[in-house]
Amino acid sequence: MATTTTETAPPPAAPQRRGWSRDTVETRVFGVLRVVTIAFLLVVTVFPFYYTVLLSLRPLDRVLQDPGALWVPPSEVSLGSYGAVVAPQSAGGQGFLNFIVNSALVAFGTVAVTLLIALPGAYAVSRLQFFGRRQVSVLFLAVYLFPPILLAVPLFVFFTRIGLRGTLVGLLIVYVSQVVAVSIYMLRNYFDTVPASLEEAAAIDGCSRLGVMWRISLPLAMPAIIANALFIFMIAWNEFLFALLFLIESRDRWTVSLGLSQLAGSIEIPTTVLMAGSVIVTVPIVVLFFASERLLTEGLTAGAEKG
Amino acid sequence: MSTGTGLGSAPPGPVSGSDAARPRSGRAARTLTQSDARAGIALISPTLVVVLVMVVVPIIWTVLLAFQRLRLLNLRSSGLFGEFTLNNFDNVFTAPGFWGALATTLTYSVLGTAGAIGLGLVAALALRRPFRGRGIVRALMLLPYVAPIVAATFAWSTMLNPQFGVVNHWGARLLGWDEPIAFLSQRSSDISLFGLTIGVPTALLTVIAFEAWRSFPFAFLFLTARLQAVPATLEEAATVDGATLTQRFRHILLPQLMPTIAVLAVLRFIWTFNNFDDIYLLTGGGAGTEVVAVSVFNALTARGDIGGAAAQALALAAILAALIGLYLWRFAPREERS
Repeated sequence: MATTTTETAPPPAAPQRRGWSRDTVETRVFGVLRVVTIAFLLVVTVFPFYYTVLLSLRPLDRVLQDPGALWVPPSEVSLGSYGAVVAPQSAGGQGFLNFIVNSALVAFGTVAVTLLIALPGAYAVSRLQFFGRRQVSVLFLAVYLFPPILLAVPLFVFFTRIGLRGTLVGLLIVYVSQVVAVSIYMLRNYFDTVPASLEEAAAIDGCSRLGVMWRISLPLAMPAIIANALFIFMIAWNEFLFALLFLIESRDRWTVSLGLSQLAGSIEIPTTVLMAGSVIVTVPIVVLFFASERLLTEGLTAGAEKG
Repeated sequence: MSTGTGLGSAPPGPVSGSDAARPRSGRAARTLTQSDARAGIALISPTLVVVLVMVVVPIIWTVLLAFQRLRLLNLRSSGLFGEFTLNNFDNVFTAPGFWGALATTLTYSVLGTAGAIGLGLVAALALRRPFRGRGIVRALMLLPYVAPIVAATFAWSTMLNPQFGVVNHWGARLLGWDEPIAFLSQRSSDISLFGLTIGVPTALLTVIAFEAWRSFPFAFLFLTARLQAVPATLEEAATVDGATLTQRFRHILLPQLMPTIAVLAVLRFIWTFNNFDDIYLLTGGGAGTEVVAVSVFNALTARGDIGGAAAQALALAAILAALIGLYLWRFAPREERS
């Protein structure tokens, strides 16, 4: 702190009178720039999603007549696109309901299995001294940063050979292996903040190691567990590469992401219908996110404060 | 390390207060340590098994596959260890496509990372002082990052569509574009600035812009968290000393943010370098945007060339590791000092 004051001390001596006006000018200019920047960022981040919703509500012929419209008059609103995208294929729709069920199954399954595996693991890495503890942490961090495309080739070959490619279970196993490392990393950081004295007190009162975990550590770590569960859910729901590699041949097992990307390539399906599908893919994530925004951002940046 | 050895003799210290209790508590401590160690290994083993079987073994297998002639067609009949050959690498490195894809990957990663961090920094600074509705604005800033990648790319490709896209519609009306710009399918376009005509890689710039848009919230989040930890007294002192807004940013804020920016740069670079989804969904790798990840995918699915795909993936990982190693070796000492 002392160095910063000595560093910034020299300028004021000479240009003090000029510096005063320069500061005012800068404050004014950046005050205006700040408002412009915020407005620009808002438009840029929100507009693509607004446009998606807008198109999903307009009938196709109106979109083609007037592609630049930025507003849909209430009289023009139609929910026909949503009906068309959700209805099963036999009824002339796109069968998104089926995709949603698949995605939900995989996402909830991934959350459950990952937490089941990662919670004890994170606890062990945080609390227990065992042989190779540090190496395990390094390994998990390395896995977190590893290119998934490198795993794509062997996993593709492996799952083809054992016959699990094209099944949701195979996809679930891959997802768990992808997120379990980062999940342990996030949970461990939280377990580290729970005071060990609480656990020691319980141990002195006669609680076993598992009892301590179950009665003390888990309830205390609940916020982190929920944040972690949401994080895993989002990853599993949004994932695209492995869904594409594993499931592309069997349409009734497509996830929403895969379904949307595959149908987006075909010319016969109107864009408005696909936009409705896009809204359906996005809404669960956005709702989850806004419901838990504070929890999530705290979880995501938990490691940033040290940096 | 030195403190560890220094403390080596410490544990008996507090116990030695009562001589009678020493042997008993010593043994009890050891058994507790032992049971802790056993419990630790038991609790971590499910994760370890999953990671070893699904990540570590596949990586080793990739190395093996990269040295074999293996095609999707004869996959079921071939054994684990076929004939080893260097052909795949020979094919990869002599193919003109690979070096082009590598150059594209590098351009895409460097510019995408810089764009994301720059935009994130601007957003974090603009939203630093409280105002009414800042919470909502902050939450909205994160939308591009949390939205499903398929939905985000689809919104962009529809907006940029040359026939009925809203961008081309308003571009023609407000900016006077003569003809619609095919942002995602045009390899390059000529732009005349002050009489100079410059060729611009349209599609590549578009996917870079998408990458910056998609991942700036990540940088924004981390930089906002770091900004909150900057002590206000530093800036107050600088203001009293007559430092202007830009000077305060340059000499007070930026040095504090630098370590965070360095970490973000590494993370974002790694993820952008390996990115497959964005480019595959936006352009399919066409129009001069084929990055190595997309080319691995094409080798695997379109050509069924497992060995070639593995060799390319391995080369990608090795180059990334070399770049990261170089970066850490070059910049790590400076971070330590700050």
